Amino acid sequence: MCVVCGCGTGHSHDKTEAPATDSDVQVDATGDLHYGEGQARVSVPGMSQARTIRLEQDILGENDRHAARNRENFTAHGVLALNLVSSPGSGKTTLLCSTLMALRQRRADLPLAVIEGDQQTRHDAERIRETGVPAIQINTGKGCHLDARMITEAYSRLPLHDALHAAGHTHQSFVHSHVDQQPHAHVQTQQHQHSHHAHDGGEPAGMLFIENVGNLVCPALWDLGEAGKVAILSVTEGEDKPLKYPDMFAAARLMILNKIDLLPHLDFDVQRCLDYARQVNPQIQIIQLSARDGTGLDAWLDWLLAGAPAVDRRAARIAELEAELARLKAQVEAPHA
Amino acid sequence: MHEVSLAGGILSAVEAAARRDPFVRVSRLRLEAGTLAGVEIEALRFALEALAPGTLLAGAQIDIEQPPGQAWCLDCAISVPLIERGAGCPQCGGFWLQPTGGTELRILDLQVEDH
Repeated sequence: MCVVCGCGTGHSHDKTEAPATDSDVQVDATGDLHYGEGQARVSVPGMSQARTIRLEQDILGENDRHAARNRENFTAHGVLALNLVSSPGSGKTTLLCSTLMALRQRRADLPLAVIEGDQQTRHDAERIRETGVPAIQINTGKGCHLDARMITEAYSRLPLHDALHAAGHTHQSFVHSHVDQQPHAHVQTQQHQHSHHAHDGGEPAGMLFIENVGNLVCPALWDLGEAGKVAILSVTEGEDKPLKYPDMFAAARLMILNKIDLLPHLDFDVQRCLDYARQVNPQIQIIQLSARDGTGLDAWLDWLLAGAPAVDRRAARIAELEAELARLKAQVEAPHA
Repeated sequence: MHEVSLAGGILSAVEAAARRDPFVRVSRLRLEAGTLAGVEIEALRFALEALAPGTLLAGAQIDIEQPPGQAWCLDCAISVPLIERGAGCPQCGGFWLQPTGGTELRILDLQVEDH
């Protein structure tokens, strides 16, 4: 008898403990297990009226699994994928267009691609395509955020992956399973079992910019498989936005303070804004920028070409504290010496 | 507003559970949404109730536990309560806090009926 629910069947309540005797398990393309597709679907007579099924599962688990596969794919191909988040009107698309054109100038052969998320219209993707960079628009309809599955789908339709291989992405013997289920050019050949370098800290082999739906709340929760979230805040918004929308700023690796060319016309306290951002996220990196006049664009490009390095300010803080401790210890020990 | 998507995810998980281990109705759904999880509890409840009719969740009692926010203060080297993101350490007032609790967003269990 099952100790969890008290029924008489030999089923499993935990998919990690799927019993080998279960012949009705169906493994789908995503590796998920589906039980009860066969005979066991028939309810067993004589069972108690009420029983408890323990699930203990993350509500976002399904999305997180897709995100993990996206991340594995991006990392394996050396693609730096960034999730750009902000409120509507922060200047994300203008920033992205300036960024793409500046990147083109610095690295003409660096493969780039963009995924544009909006509730409706193709305006943004069309603006991106005018720069010559391939873009796919995802319209979420009533949805307030992009999710990992949408990214898998959109990425498989972008030419970025093929461009990476055309650019001489090295193929060596290495067991690498492609996560996208889309048939693609090399999948049948052994050549595609290549050593996809992870490009840790180095210059990425390609870049994917994901412009999320303009919304500082919902996209914070959905991991898309990106290397990091970049929160864009413009100086025409309130300086206390990091405190008002802390989940997003806590989740971001970098904050771009945009439209700083407008500062002379505004009562925007930059220092206070930066302090608020560090209050919700002591690790956050900050770049002040104007997409319009190009101020700060070089710092942003340097960061991108360095592979969006996370700065471990916490480790630095620990080192600082340890140094202080050592100094204090030395003081205490000095009189006895 | 993302609570509607979360409610959809919860319903899918319940339906997946019913495929593995058939039942006809959920009488009680128990969730855990920490105070730092970024979820509005009332919005989540509303979304679930709006979604429930005609599904396995129809008429189910929905209990949402809210584990309190907890963080490790790097400067004090102790675990402290964290009321919200951006709040300081109650001991030292600093912000070097790493959330350690209250970020949970999980389905705990289902009480189900077979008839």
